[in-house]
Amino acid sequence: TAQNETELEWAARVAAIAQARDQAAFAAVFRHFAPRVKAFLMKSGADAALAEECMQDVMATLWHKAHLYDPSRAAVSTWIFTIARNRKIDLLRRYARSEPEDLPWGPEDAPDQADVLALQQETTKLAEAIRTLPEKQRLLIERAYFGDLTHSEIAAETGLPLGTIKSRIRLALERLRHAMS
Amino acid sequence: MQTIRHTISDDLLMGYAAGVLSRPFDLVVATHVSLSDEARVRLAGFEAVGGAILEDLQSADVADDSLEQTMARIAGMKPSPRLTASRGIFPAPLQQMVGGDEGAVKWRSLGMGARQSVVCTDGEATARLIYIPAGQAMPQHSHRGLEMTLVLQGAFRDEDGVFARGDIEIADEAVDHTPIAEPGADCICLIATDGRLKFNGLLPRIAQPFIGI
Ligand SMILES: [Zn+2]
Ligand SMILES: [Zn+2]
Repeated sequence: TAQNETELEWAARVAAIAQARDQAAFAAVFRHFAPRVKAFLMKSGADAALAEECMQDVMATLWHKAHLYDPSRAAVSTWIFTIARNRKIDLLRRYARSEPEDLPWGPEDAPDQADVLALQQETTKLAEAIRTLPEKQRLLIERAYFGDLTHSEIAAETGLPLGTIKSRIRLALERLRHAMS
Repeated sequence: MQTIRHTISDDLLMGYAAGVLSRPFDLVVATHVSLSDEARVRLAGFEAVGGAILEDLQSADVADDSLEQTMARIAGMKPSPRLTASRGIFPAPLQQMVGGDEGAVKWRSLGMGARQSVVCTDGEATARLIYIPAGQAMPQHSHRGLEMTLVLQGAFRDEDGVFARGDIEIADEAVDHTPIAEPGADCICLIATDGRLKFNGLLPRIAQPFIGI
C-alpha cells in the first residue's frame, strides 16, 4: 500500500543520512517530522520558543544518531518519538534520562529487507488501529503520551492492538541476538 | 489483596515509553530492559504507539529558518556514541548513574555484612542498591507505595519464588514479604520505591539502618 511505501521511504532517507550525510534526504525528513515534533513538545507543556529550540535539537540528534537506526526493529516515526521524548525530559527536567543499552548490529550490518518490510507493515496496521479507536479511548492514550495523565490502567482499558507488532519486534530481536552469538 | 508481579507491568512500561515516570523508576526500567528482551519487546510496542500518535499530530508552525538553524546546530554537535552493553555486573544505564561498576559504589554498612547505597532520589522516590550476603535475610517489610526490585547478582527467594539476575519483582502497599538471599553468590539488587518502607521489626538491628532511608 501507499502507506507502506512511505514507511520504507522514510527508512531509506534515514539510511541515506547515515551513509552519505544526504542533506536532501534530511530536508525531506525535517519537513515532515519537525512540525510534528514541535507540536508534540507544545502539547507536553513547552511554550513555542522552547519547543522550537528543543525540536531543532531533536532533529540535529536524529542526524547524528542516524547510524544507530534499525528499520527491522522500529518505524522512523517510532524512533523519532523516542528521541523527542528523551530530549523533552533532558530539557524540561534538566537531567539526562536513563536509557537502556543499545543492541549492537549483527555482523553484516544490514537488516534483512523482508524483516524491515514486515515491521513497517505492522507499524502501519497499529497506527490504523489507533486511528479507528473510539474517540474517547484515543484521546486518553494521546494524553498519556503527552504526560498529561499518569493513569496506570490505560494500557489495559483501551486494549491496544499490540500483539502483532510485538511478535514482529521479538523476531527481529531474536535474529539479531542469533547473529551476534 | 496482595498484588505482586514477577514481570514488569504494562503500565510501568507504558509510563516509561511516555516519559512520565520519576527518575529512580526510569533508572530501574532502563536497567531491567537492558537485561530482558521480553521487556524490550513490550517497551518497543508502547514506543510504536507513541510514534503513531506523533505521526497523527496536527503540525505546529516552525520558524522560517528552522532547517538552516538545525543544519548549523548539526555542525556544532558531537556525534552520539552508542550506549554499548557493559561488561560488568551493572548494565550501562546503572553504570552511568553510579559512575562505574560495583567497585565504584559508595556502600554504607547495614550490619551483618549487608550494605546499601542510594543511587538517586526524586521527591518521594528513591533508587538504591542493596547488598545482602548469601543466605541472609532482608528485613521483613511492607510498603507504603510501589517497590521495584531488580536482581543484578546472586538471587533471592521470598514467599512466592526465586529471583535471579535480570528478574524483577513489583510489590505494592498490600505486600508484606521477607526476601532471603539464596546460597552461593552474595545478592545485589537495585530497588526503587516511591514511599518509605515499613519494617515489621523482627530483625531490629538490621532493620534500623533501613528505616532512615
Ligand atoms: Zn519489598
Ligand atoms: Zn515475591
